[in-house]
Amino acid sequence: MKTEALSTDPFPADGETIVTRWKEHLGRYTDWCTVWFCIMGAALVGVTVLAIVNIATTELADPAHLLKVAATSEVIGSILLTFGAGANAVLLLILFGTPLAYVLARSRPSRFKGVVESIVDIPLILPHTVAGLLVYLLFMRRGWLGAPLSDVGLAFEDAYPGTVIAMLFVASPFFVNTMREGFEKVPVHLENVARTLGAGTFTTFRTVTLPLSLRHMYSGAVLAWGRAIGEFAGVIMIAYYPFIISTLIYYSFTTDGIHTSRSIAFTVILVSFGVFYLLRRMTRYLGRYDDRV
Amino acid sequence: MAIIEAHQIRKSYGNLEVLHDVDLSVREGEILGLIGPSGSGKSTLLRILDLIEPPNSGKLSIFGIDTVKDHGRWLDLRRRMGMLFQRPIVFNASVYDNVAMGLRYRGTSRDDIDRKVKEALEAVGLSRYVKSRATDLSGGEQQRVALSRVLVTDPEILFLDEPTANLDPTSTATIEAIVTRLNREANMTVVISTHDLAQGQRLAHRVGVMIEGMIAQTGASREIFHEPKDRRIARFVGVQNIIPGRVVSRSDGLAVVEARGKQILSATPTPGEEVDMVIRGEDISLHRREPGFEEAENLFPATVTTIEPTAPFVNVTVHCGCDLAALVTARRAETLGLHDGMQVWVSIQAKAVHLIPRVQSG
Repeated sequence: MKTEALSTDPFPADGETIVTRWKEHLGRYTDWCTVWFCIMGAALVGVTVLAIVNIATTELADPAHLLKVAATSEVIGSILLTFGAGANAVLLLILFGTPLAYVLARSRPSRFKGVVESIVDIPLILPHTVAGLLVYLLFMRRGWLGAPLSDVGLAFEDAYPGTVIAMLFVASPFFVNTMREGFEKVPVHLENVARTLGAGTFTTFRTVTLPLSLRHMYSGAVLAWGRAIGEFAGVIMIAYYPFIISTLIYYSFTTDGIHTSRSIAFTVILVSFGVFYLLRRMTRYLGRYDDRV
Repeated sequence: MAIIEAHQIRKSYGNLEVLHDVDLSVREGEILGLIGPSGSGKSTLLRILDLIEPPNSGKLSIFGIDTVKDHGRWLDLRRRMGMLFQRPIVFNASVYDNVAMGLRYRGTSRDDIDRKVKEALEAVGLSRYVKSRATDLSGGEQQRVALSRVLVTDPEILFLDEPTANLDPTSTATIEAIVTRLNREANMTVVISTHDLAQGQRLAHRVGVMIEGMIAQTGASREIFHEPKDRRIARFVGVQNIIPGRVVSRSDGLAVVEARGKQILSATPTPGEEVDMVIRGEDISLHRREPGFEEAENLFPATVTTIEPTAPFVNVTVHCGCDLAALVTARRAETLGLHDGMQVWVSIQAKAVHLIPRVQSG
């Protein structure tokens, strides 16, 4: 055959063999479309990598300063507060968002459903300052919800609950939409089987639907948490204090200057990387593999 | 006694009405076959009867309890029934856990679960797979797991939604045998939907034909197959000849029907002037020469026009004014030496010519 004859050239020049083979390989197997897609993707990833390398080289050049800043109680406390408030918001989301996601996943399309879906997505499309303002107006001391709640001793302005509620607001679509996707992937057949076997609606949900959607719940929670701890504009409107990490960086940027704020930022990068890596790793131990029918 | 009594059940999904005014009553201890083409609403009806979905309107009483009024008792009622679906659905867990599900939902004690699950798996011949992962089994085995998962809860009514549509003949036979035995020994009421006419005939005491979201006819399977009430049913139960004709005279309990100049005698009471003659292909006999003795009232010569082999039978179309399709065994076709254009004698008993009123189709 022809290709056979080509690849076994009877007179290969010794030095050229590998190069020609490689060229042949390229010519024959390369899908240029994929190559270009990779190049374009690399440009995008490159920007992120460059930004991190940039900050890392400057910061690692002066480890003493970095350590000093990272070890201040202000920074540690702020990181813990941010992560904690984020986790708190996510817990509330799981509690209230899961039922909503289930209803949305199982209801037939209707105009009402469309409206509810749009409402769920509102925090996604609003500028963060607008979201912050919305939360502030509702939960401030004289707000519709803020006033009665402050009467029972739950204050939001410049307080931890304010941070949580702002994070909850901006992170909710991420959780609800992911969770809902998970529920949609659980075939109704499976639920029907459980029901014919004598399970009530909630038992079916608890024993069939939820276990099969745990992975989605987990990734929805991680997404929402990531979004929550990264929030700045949404939070400062209602709770400038206590300082969450974004506020702290912004504050130190405007008062102490670039040097300190950069060190805080780098600390946050390291911690977040570590935590998200761990969370992603944990995914593999979670949830049953699919029984998709 | 009727264990299920359904009146004017309607169900629609969005703008699509799947069931229109379904009336059905199921007697205790019977096997009722629901046959009908795909998409005729059989599955939907079964889901409604098993109280998995509510109908949009209509009355439904099960075990003599009005389910419309007693909405709160649905779970209790559902726990007295069981359902097996068309596709074998098992959960990604051990066979044991799969079968134990229904009992766990009922809060049965651990020892009882253990005993009953093992018995149920024994009954379907899957004891050796107790610890296997259910999803690793073959389709037929999965369906047997699903069946034992239902049977372990001792249902009084068992719904089977095309349970063997995806299975090989052996698994089908196993499942059919279990179902008939339970019906006979435990007096379990069974409602089985199927598009396999033979299965309906084999298992069911009574057959309901479902067409386009309605129960078009119910009765003994013999009745449905030989005396369908209208054209659609006749088509569905596989009648080869539906010939429009006109009743020209009546005498001695026989009606003379004329179709394209050919007169055929029928023993059916005439439903009107304009009729369709429904004749099953296997009721038409072909002969090489005029038979000397023949009980059939209709006896006439005809010309063979087409010969079409279909597995054990040969589909022979003969022309005698109108076209008639006869079903002849392959062996007999050979003996007759059939070929196109050949002259044959056709005999049909008047009893085999069933008349239905002709509906003018637009």
